[in-house]
Parts: sequence; structure tokens; C-alpha cells
Amino acid sequence: MDMNWIAIGKLEDIPLRGARCVKTPQGKIAVFRTADNEVFAIEDHCPHKGGPLSQGIVHGAAVTCPLHNWVISLETGKALGADEGKVRTFPLEVRGEDIFMAYKQHLMAAE
Amino acid sequence: MTEKLVIIGNGMAPGRMLEHLFEKVPGRYQVTIFNAEPRVNYDRIMLSPVLSGEKTYEEIVIHGDGWYIENGITLYKGHRIVAIDRDAKTVTSDHGVTESYDQLVIATGSLPFIIPVPGNDMRGVITYRDLDDVQAMLLAAQSREKAVVIGGGLLGLEAAAGLAGRGMDVTVLHVMPTLMDRQLDPAAGYLLQKELEGRGIKIICKGNTKAIVGDGKVEGVELDDGRVIPATLVVMAVGIRPSVALAREAGLAVNRGIVVDHGMQTSDGSIMALGECAEVDGMVYGLVAPLYEMARIAAAHLSGDRSAAFVHSDTPTKLKVTGIELYSLGDFADGDDREEIVLRDASAGVYKRLVLKGNRIIGTVLYGETSDGAWFNDLKKKGTDISEMRETLIFGQAYQGGSPLDPMAAVAALPDDAEICGCNGVCKGKITSTITAKGLTSLDEVRAHTKASASCGSCTGLVEKLMSVTLGDSYNPAAVQPMCGCTELGHDDVRRLIKAKHLKTIPAVMQELEWKTSCGCAKCRPALNYYLVCDWPDEYADDYQSRFINERVHANIQKDGTYSVVPRMWGGVTNANELRAIADVVDKFEIPLVKVTGGQRIDLLGIEKEDLPAVWADLGKAGFISGQAYAKGLRTVKTCVGSDWCRFGTQDSTGLGIRIEKFMWGSWTPAKLKMAVSGCPRNCAEATCKDVGVICVDSGFEIHFAGAAGLDIKGTEVLGLVKTEDEALEYIVALTQMYREQGRYLERIYKWAKRIGLDEIRRQIMTDHEKRRAYYDRFVFSQRFAQVDPWSERVSGKDKHEFMPMATVGYQDAAE
Repeated sequence: MDMNWIAIGKLEDIPLRGARCVKTPQGKIAVFRTADNEVFAIEDHCPHKGGPLSQGIVHGAAVTCPLHNWVISLETGKALGADEGKVRTFPLEVRGEDIFMAYKQHLMAAE
Repeated sequence: MTEKLVIIGNGMAPGRMLEHLFEKVPGRYQVTIFNAEPRVNYDRIMLSPVLSGEKTYEEIVIHGDGWYIENGITLYKGHRIVAIDRDAKTVTSDHGVTESYDQLVIATGSLPFIIPVPGNDMRGVITYRDLDDVQAMLLAAQSREKAVVIGGGLLGLEAAAGLAGRGMDVTVLHVMPTLMDRQLDPAAGYLLQKELEGRGIKIICKGNTKAIVGDGKVEGVELDDGRVIPATLVVMAVGIRPSVALAREAGLAVNRGIVVDHGMQTSDGSIMALGECAEVDGMVYGLVAPLYEMARIAAAHLSGDRSAAFVHSDTPTKLKVTGIELYSLGDFADGDDREEIVLRDASAGVYKRLVLKGNRIIGTVLYGETSDGAWFNDLKKKGTDISEMRETLIFGQAYQGGSPLDPMAAVAALPDDAEICGCNGVCKGKITSTITAKGLTSLDEVRAHTKASASCGSCTGLVEKLMSVTLGDSYNPAAVQPMCGCTELGHDDVRRLIKAKHLKTIPAVMQELEWKTSCGCAKCRPALNYYLVCDWPDEYADDYQSRFINERVHANIQKDGTYSVVPRMWGGVTNANELRAIADVVDKFEIPLVKVTGGQRIDLLGIEKEDLPAVWADLGKAGFISGQAYAKGLRTVKTCVGSDWCRFGTQDSTGLGIRIEKFMWGSWTPAKLKMAVSGCPRNCAEATCKDVGVICVDSGFEIHFAGAAGLDIKGTEVLGLVKTEDEALEYIVALTQMYREQGRYLERIYKWAKRIGLDEIRRQIMTDHEKRRAYYDRFVFSQRFAQVDPWSERVSGKDKHEFMPMATVGYQDAAE
């Protein structure tokens, strides 16, 4: 199975406690940067009603969906609290200032 | 075999009697109740809070419909009993229902006394007795006209305060020289009068009503001295009389009330009476505590305990008007054999008087500070010799025995038989033992199990202290709702500390106020960001990452992740150029829906996020700026066409609306702020359900506020009338600034106003000119930093990252 590490940009491109999107043929991937300068990539699609998670408020290692306030863990992609659901997560690597994302096109396309 | 128990009346006394009865002898009686009122049993003592708006009817229901069903009770609502046939042992209602009984209980309560003056049957004259009366008053209060309350006793003053709180101009007429003369001495009556006058209620003592004047409908009240007080509503609250007509017709012994023995038995062995209609030892009662005692005695007898006997005891009186502390008990007339101890603290508005006879307390009047009422009551009840503590007695329990006790220790020091809840006759020992035995942890549970503080609620503080004493740290009164899970502090504390500690960044707030999370959550961060923007407009750097997406990208997110865009249309006025520009934008960006909003502007829906800056650029060229339709801030100012066009218009409502909008746009507020200006009282701009509204009249501008037409529907309150447009603008701006500084994040202005009190807001904005000016100046200062069009900023490149993807991957073939 192919595993491509693709450079998607620099750390400073993402605001602290913010997110940016990466466009892919399979939909958007939201890339988050937390207050502690950690980065996470998850599917930009809330398991509840498909809200764009990249537009939510980032707190700790979680994001609150802008549509109905579900809180999604950036580390696991799982809904926190009483809600149940999960989004896909994507491995990231930071090398210096550059962020690389592991992007498995075949797998995603096959699904 | 079950016996048939029929009860006439469904008030608090028979309700309580049944509770006792079902506990003692479940299933023994088949119960039928006839209620002249078309409803269930509710807490009549709480009618005043319903009138003032602090409670709703639903909140004061004691027994819901379910309770009657559970206990197999047949309840005839709206059935008045018209005849008792003692030989046949039946009762008959006005709807023709006849029911037989083995045991009958009469609990017909009392009737308001209508003073016998001409005009007392006119439309607009009402009494204050039941929920229907309250509803009639609430309806009348909507007119905000003048009301006269006849009677300066407990009920009359509660009615007056309620009506004044609802915006009526109220005058109280009282026959005696001072208010509440049955419960208060003249000094306390005077203090009470000052307090009420300070709240805008006019009070005329020694005011004897001669006639109610009007032509079929009330127009005023004429006094003995010839004065006429204009009024469209007259509330008679001069007293009550036991309702005894039915008993008298049935041939029962009747004096002032229905005569009963100490076991609540009337002159007929199968008929009991209790409540306000009953007379024991020549006394009739109107306060709830003795009535509940009657209920307990009656239930004991009905369940076979013939030894229970009613004993008279003095009942403390408290006035249920928010912000007035008043407690009176026992006998406080002057006399040769009596001494008194008085404490006056004018600056704190405190007056206390103890009447002693032979070194024992026989009467107590407390005004302004009543926390020692229970202690004095206890000393009086037990006949404690107070000579030992005479010097410090008046300072209260906390000052006895050396160093002052804190309030918690004072409660802990109360003896177990000290009465805590006067209404329900619950003593300290009963509360503490029930808490322990049943493992109670919340106030509601304690109320449910002991009834303490479940009636008038004025002993709630004491009960909570008892819970703390009994449960220790495991009881959290939760008086303050924390902002969110990240802190124990409530919004008000956070706002206060931000100012007091000069906290000017979100991390500083979280550090200093000991936030439990590292960077807050989606609830507290937007709130803190607002508080800081509001409090330090020139110094605080707005944290966009702590704003909800709509305020971050200045458009409204839709369910599919696209956005809608609403340009400002000042006062709802537009022109051909603007409309043409909008049409061009719609074509160019293939905007799927164009919709006219409720706020008189145009909404463009379904725009992709990436297109937003380009859309704004085109709109900006036509002169549009952001309508901030997404903001917790000033939204729209709706207008009608006013005196320029309308044949009814009294002022230039469109012009004023545009002026307000141009002055106030860009300002952030705790929650959204929608306004309207109507050119005449026909109110085509629907200003009376807005956060702030103006109704133009010939004589000027009536400023309204605190309306709602969303989750709640509520007409506005009147702030006041001003003469000029300049004044209207200044007062509205000052009101808005007061709300900005005090409101809790996401708290709409009507909720804030309810919390702060309409009178306080009117006082600060309408009468305190210095304060109003200061509010106005602070708003103007903050606008220097707020009035920047966020759209043009972003067209010029600000926050570019928000609108562009970070990268695009996977579209090429895997050639690389």
C-alpha cells in the first residue's frame, strides 16, 4: 500500500488555536495547530451532520464543531462527551518548519 | 370500607390536610374536591412574585393534575358548591353535580373585603385574591397607565410593588397614618414608606376613599378631602373576610368565621372546617402557618387521632417585595409595663425594635436586616429571660457570648427546636435530621421532604445555611452558576475581576483566575474575548481564534458549510445603484438564493468561503459595508417611513433609525442587539418587541427596551420619554453601554434587564445624568476602535489564510 508523505505547508501558515484546510479529491482535510504548537489532521467533516470542523473553536487538543457544538478529539478523531462518532485522522510529521501529511490515496479512493 | 370525604375548596390548607391524611391512612378515604377556581392547588402566597414576574404560575403549583390522579381524587374544577343538605349528607354544585359524603370538610377560604363606596362595582375595580386577579392586573399593567391600590397592608403593598415593576404609575391609599400598621410600628412603617416612594410608588396615608369615579369604567378615586387620584385600575386590598355564607345557609354555627373546636369540628359532627374560613377560640387566621397547623390537626382527627388540638401561636410576618427586608412578630404596642430596645442605623436603612415585658421578648419589629428574626422568635416562644444579655440583645445572636459569630456559626448555634420555616412550622431539628436520614443534598430535596422554605421561600437562606452546617463541604449551594467547566466562577465574578485585577489578555484571565484547563473551551473563550473587548477597547487585541466562526470570517455559516452575506442597508433604505450592485454580484458568483430578511435587508446565501473576499470587494465598490448579521453586536435598526411620507408619522423615524445605526454599528454587545424606530404608535416597524425600540410621538420619542421575539416573546418595557432626537440617541447609547458592561455573554437585553431590575436601569439612564453621560462617553470611546469595516479589511488582505486552502493534494496522478 502506498504511503506518501506530502508537504502541505509551514507551521506558521496555521494560526495558533486555529486550522487550515487541505483540499483532496476525497474531500477536505482539516489541519489544526493547538496552543502547544502540536499539529493534527482530521477529516473536515463532523460525524454528526457533516459540519466543517476546520471552522470550529480549538481548545486543548479538541475542536468544537461550528454547527451543533460537538466536541471532537484531534488526537483520536472521536467525539468527546456524551456524543458518539469518529472522523478519520491522518498522520502528520513536522520537520523544522515544514508539515508533512501521510496521504494514502489508494486506500481513500477504494473506500 | 372506604369512607367518602368531600372537600369544598382546593386551597393550600385542604391540600396540606390531604398530604397528611394520605401519609397516615392511605386508602381510607375516597376523596372528592369541589374547587370554585378552575385549576389545581397552587401556592397563593407566591402570587406576588407571579405579579412581579419573578415566578410563573407553573412554578407555584403545589399539586399538579398528576397528584390528583395518583391519589384517586375526583377534582371538580370551576364548581362552586351552592347548597349543603345536612340531612341527606350531600352537596350540590352550581353545575348541578350532587355528591354524598360521610365526612365533609369546608375550606372555602375568604373573600376580599370590598369597601362600600359608590362606584365599587365599576369596570377596572379588582381585588387581589387569586390567579385570575393577578392575570387581570397583568393585563391592565400593559397599558402602563395609572393605578390606585386601596390598602397599605401586606397584600396592598405587594400588589403596588408588582404593578409598579410592570411599569404602572401606582398610588397607594392607606387609611391609617403609617403603612402596615397591623404589623409594623410607626417608625418601621415610615422607613418602608420611604423605600417604596424611592421606587416611584406614591403613598397617601390617612387617605380615606370617598368614591370611585368614572363612567362605567374607572377614571379615578376620590378622597374625603376632595382630591381625585386618576386611575384606570383600582385594586382593593383592604382585608379579607372569612367566606361563611354557605355554612351559614346550612345552619352551622357561624360567628366571624365558621365556629370550630380545637379539633376543627363544626357544630355538625360530620362536618369540619379549616383554613381562613374557620374560627377557633374567637380567632380567624390569614397567614399560612396557622392554617397549615389546622390542616395537620384536621388530618389527625380524620385518621382517628382525636387528641390533636389546635393551639394559637403568633406568626411572623414578612413582606414579599424583592429588596425589602421586613420581619414582625407578636405584640409591639407601647405600654406602662413594657420596655423597649431600639436600634437605628440610618445609613444602612436598618431599624430594630424589641418589646420586652418582665425581661421577656413579647414583640419584634425588624426592618432592613432580619436575619435574627428566627432567634428572637425562639426567645419569645420559650419565654427566655434575657436579662443576662440585655446589653447586646438587639445586636442579635452573633454578638452573644463574647466574640461575634459568623452567620454560619449562628445557625449552628440555634437550638434544635428553633423554628426555621414559619409558614410550614418546621424547626431546625426536623430539617437536619431529615437531611441526614434521607441523605438529601439539594435544596429541592429538602423542600420536598420537609416543606421548609417551600411556601413563601423567605427562609431559603437559613435552610441553605443549615444544609451547609449539616453536610459540610459536600454541600455546594451552587448559588452561582459557573461560566463553564473550566472555572468555578460565574460570569459576574469574572467580569468584576477582569476590571479589578486589570486583566487584559485571555491567558492573564486564565492564569489569575485559576482556570482548570490550559486554554479554556468553546464556551468560555468567546465570553472572555467579549469581556476584554468591552472593558479594554483601546488595549485589548481581539483574539479571533476565540470567536465563533461567523464572527471570525464575518459571514453566517450554513448547514452545508457555505456562507451567507448580508450588507448593511442603513435603516432598511436602499436605492437603484445598490440593488444593481447586488444583482451583479448574484450573477457573477452564481449565488443560489437571495432573500429579504426580517431586519429590512438582503441576504445572499450559499457563497463558498473562498469567494467571500471577492464578493465583499464587489459589494464594497457600491458602498456596502458588513451588515454584521452574524455578530453578537449591533444588527439592524428597522424603521418605518415616518413623517417624510406617512400621513400618520409624527417624527422622522427613518432618519433617526439611520442616525442610530450609523452611530452604533460595529459595536460588540453580550448578545445580538436589534433595534427599530416607529414613526407613530401604530408601530409599523414593530419596535415594541425589539431589544431597543423607539416609538415616536408628537411630544418626542418614547424609548423602549427589553423586548423579545425569539425563543421568548415579550413586549418591551418603557425606559422613558425624551423630547429631542439628540436625547434619544444619547439615552439609547447609554442604555446599550450599561448593558455591554453588565450583561453576561449571550444574555439578551431582556434577561439582563430582568436580572438588574427595570427601576435600577431607569434610574441610571433616565435620572442620573452624570452616570448616563459617562456611559455615553465610554461607548463613544470604544467606537473609535470598533467602527472598522471588517469586509474592506479582509478585501485588503487581512486574515487571508482564513479564505484559502493551505494546500491542494492528490489531484495529479501519482507521477511524482
